[in-house]
Amino acid sequence: MSQATAERRFPRVRPRRDTTAGARKRRDLREKGIGLLLFLAGASSILVTAAIVFVLVYESIEFFRHVSIVEFFTETRWTPQFANPKYGILPLVCGTVMTTVVALAVALPIGTTVAIYLSEFAPHRLREVVKPALELLSAVPTVVYGYFALQFVMPALKYVIPGLPTFNMLSAGIVMGLMIIPYVSSLSEDAMRSVPMLLREGSYALGGNKFITAINVVVPSSLSGIGAAYILGISRAIGETMIVAIAAGMQPNLTLNPTEPAATMTAYIVQVSLGDLPHGSIGYQSIFATGFLLFCMTLAFNVGGHILRRKFHQAY
Amino acid sequence: MRTGSSRRLELATLALVASLACAAGCGRDLHANSVPVTPIVFIDGLDGLTGIVAIDGSSTVYPVTEAVAEEYQIATRGSVRVTVGISGTGGGFKKFARGEIDITNASRPILHQEMAACKKNGIKYIELPVCFDALTVAVHPENDWVDTITVEELKKIWEPAAEGKITRWSQVRKGWPDEEIILYGAGTDSGTFDYFTEAIVGEAKASRGDFTASEDDNTLVQGIEGNKYALGYLPFAYYESNKNRLKALKIDQGDGNGVLPTVENVINGSYAPLARPLFIYVSEKSVQRPEVEKIVEFYLANAPALATEVNYIPLPDDAYPLVLKRLKDRTTGTAFGGETDVGASIKELLDRTPVE
Amino acid sequence: MQDVAHFIRYRKRQDRIFNVVGAICTLIGILTLVVLLGDLLIDGLPRINWQFLTSFPSRFAYRAGILSAIVGTICVMIVTMTAAVPLGVAAAVYLEEYAPRNRLTTIIEINIANLAGVPSIIYGLMALGLIGLCAWLEAVVRDGTGWQITLNPGRSILTAGITLGLLVLPIVIVTTREALRAIPNAIREASYAAGATKWQVIRHHLLPYSMGGIATGTIIAMSRAIGETAPLITIGALTFIGFLPPSPISSSPPFINFDWLGSQFTVLPIQMFNWVSRPTEDFHRNAAATGLVLIVFTLTMNAVAIVVRYRLRRKLKW
Repeated sequence: MSQATAERRFPRVRPRRDTTAGARKRRDLREKGIGLLLFLAGASSILVTAAIVFVLVYESIEFFRHVSIVEFFTETRWTPQFANPKYGILPLVCGTVMTTVVALAVALPIGTTVAIYLSEFAPHRLREVVKPALELLSAVPTVVYGYFALQFVMPALKYVIPGLPTFNMLSAGIVMGLMIIPYVSSLSEDAMRSVPMLLREGSYALGGNKFITAINVVVPSSLSGIGAAYILGISRAIGETMIVAIAAGMQPNLTLNPTEPAATMTAYIVQVSLGDLPHGSIGYQSIFATGFLLFCMTLAFNVGGHILRRKFHQAY
Repeated sequence: MRTGSSRRLELATLALVASLACAAGCGRDLHANSVPVTPIVFIDGLDGLTGIVAIDGSSTVYPVTEAVAEEYQIATRGSVRVTVGISGTGGGFKKFARGEIDITNASRPILHQEMAACKKNGIKYIELPVCFDALTVAVHPENDWVDTITVEELKKIWEPAAEGKITRWSQVRKGWPDEEIILYGAGTDSGTFDYFTEAIVGEAKASRGDFTASEDDNTLVQGIEGNKYALGYLPFAYYESNKNRLKALKIDQGDGNGVLPTVENVINGSYAPLARPLFIYVSEKSVQRPEVEKIVEFYLANAPALATEVNYIPLPDDAYPLVLKRLKDRTTGTAFGGETDVGASIKELLDRTPVE
Repeated sequence: MQDVAHFIRYRKRQDRIFNVVGAICTLIGILTLVVLLGDLLIDGLPRINWQFLTSFPSRFAYRAGILSAIVGTICVMIVTMTAAVPLGVAAAVYLEEYAPRNRLTTIIEINIANLAGVPSIIYGLMALGLIGLCAWLEAVVRDGTGWQITLNPGRSILTAGITLGLLVLPIVIVTTREALRAIPNAIREASYAAGATKWQVIRHHLLPYSMGGIATGTIIAMSRAIGETAPLITIGALTFIGFLPPSPISSSPPFINFDWLGSQFTVLPIQMFNWVSRPTEDFHRNAAATGLVLIVFTLTMNAVAIVVRYRLRRKLKW
């Protein structure tokens, strides 16, 4: 063949530059550098947690210089704005707990039932439609839920319970529960579906119907997953801010009556943030002390959930 | 895991919302048929201004300042940017003393420690009263045993020592019914709360804790009109808009004369001690910038109209020129000596020479 | 035999009853969504018109609009994405490809799981505390050396974006990891066999294949961030904002500036919260309209995420 054809068919290959020693060294250096950068990125999450803990602990220490821990946990009034302020966290904790209890009373039964229904009873097509629709429920911003609680749920409740105050824990708790349903149902259902069919078939073979199978076989086998779902729901409810800020009112109130208004820990932080925040004042520090307690509570539940999952996890 | 049918569901919902939105795209403009439009006084020199004006401070003065800021931005066609924060009177003064803001809204005069902070940072301030705020003590319309209440009696009801002890009307004055008093008041982090406690109990934020506190005027109004034995205090503005649902009490300062909270009585100074002037403090350095000077002029020119619009009480007509003169002369300092002077009339205060 | 027949009937009835109960519960969930959207539509839809979308907030409900809120939301989202995506993807790549199975890695993983469960308002407190720290450092440096340094970002779009970026970081990390895990090992092994280094494998093979998952994760994270209110309130975004941040494009060189990062701002959820908290009905209508706009944004982003994932998955060739 001619020179031209040869060159066209077999183009000259340039010498491989990147096998030289220098190039190799550069490449190794680059690889190490990239590895380091990526490690730093991975470790950044630790930095975030460290920042959170540092800020909360630092300001809380400042706070506890002025307020005794005993008073913080035993005093029954939370009046930091008064001339003779009282710093008892109990009303705020009570508000958080009460709204969480109401929310869980709505979310846990309904969520679990939905999970059992979707995984054991419902036809496959229905499940394909319902599951994403429920997940949509968790995608709605919480301010919108707060609006819903104040504008729709509260008047509806007033109709049922005359004399209900405008701000109350019931409407906030109910809406919070509705918001948490997808968390509970989705995770529980995933846990239930991962139970192998063999176990169910064994139960059917012994004469069980779907309900008996679900209650006696599937649920106990997926208990760790269901427990994890519950814990996630609790954690979410404790940390919820906007729904309670809008619908439960912002007055600290130590009461076990859900028809009364109350402030949760999160609502108190929002309330102070909306107004006066002179740096270094005890009002400013009180939100960090409250936030620290909140962080510890959710941490306890998250870690507890993790341990629970480890302990009860059944591998099939 | 999202599958194809979930995608269809998402898109369907989205399409529905989008189409409805488009359909309502030519939605009707909620016209202000029932809202009277406040005529705005335009001043000269509003063209060609640029820059940022930072305002912060009291949540009580906020409605007026917000109205002024909005109208000013419209008047300058958006070329001046105004931010208005709500950090509270104390918080506003702190920022003002650090030079972070140009104007601070204050529901009380500047205090000694704030004056010292300003001096330390070389900030000079021009004190400008802009309007009045008043508090009304209200009871249920069918309450027939009290028309006038004295400051002493109010103090007896509201001071911290009364918590748990003064629970019945008969304990306050002989002859009043032996029924439980149901109390309503302002939220504990509001300027109203500070003001009421200062004026009645004598110390800001000193109050009993067992009353229904709320920032929401509707809650207060509904609470008082819902119970024959209720008593509460609320900003004059809220009372004015709900006059037919509540009964206002005349306040007796101790001289035997009960004064009803009305616009005239506030302006002429006879309704006391629950009427107070609201201020803005302008930094002397900032006012040298034309956009700041013009907004303060604009404020003073429109304060009568806008204060009335947000249900506050304007200063007497002849007071505003005096205030404007203070601005033009760049008279710095305060006429209150670092204390809050509850009860002096506005004329007296404007006549006094401000001292640094 | 009688007993058995009775028993079977009883059991079948039990199943039927539970079918009904389960369906009702599911219906409650769906109905909530429908009623919520319906309520918003009824209250808010008439209020949405061009004037509403292009006006600034006002003390008059009829004049008020969400222009500054929309622009603020977009600006904050840009910063959030810039903060969260590179960091999140890098962290996920590290955890999937580089990290050895030791205690440090386990700690990092537990940490990420934990951060996902921290209430959002705590992130706001962290930002507030760090802002205070910056201000204190500034003061210390100024008093000590006389230099005036500006570390303090204050209540700005930058602070908000970074805070939200850290908030959604766990979501980005988790979804990227799942995307990376879904790639069969054969691809990696083939790359290594051809002589590629670790980074080359990642850059030329793994990242392109996981683009779909990463994009989906990013969009889901953004749709979560768009609705966050509490951390931004804590940082202090609730002032009267009647203006837009300065434009990033200026007419004089260098033509692009970053002034807008330091500007004060407001976002859609905060504007909605502001209006819901006011006592009058007309502001509540404004709030409903804002809520609708917010939901349309969220739904659009979720829909786009699904479409993106679907299309990119089709392009995969294994």
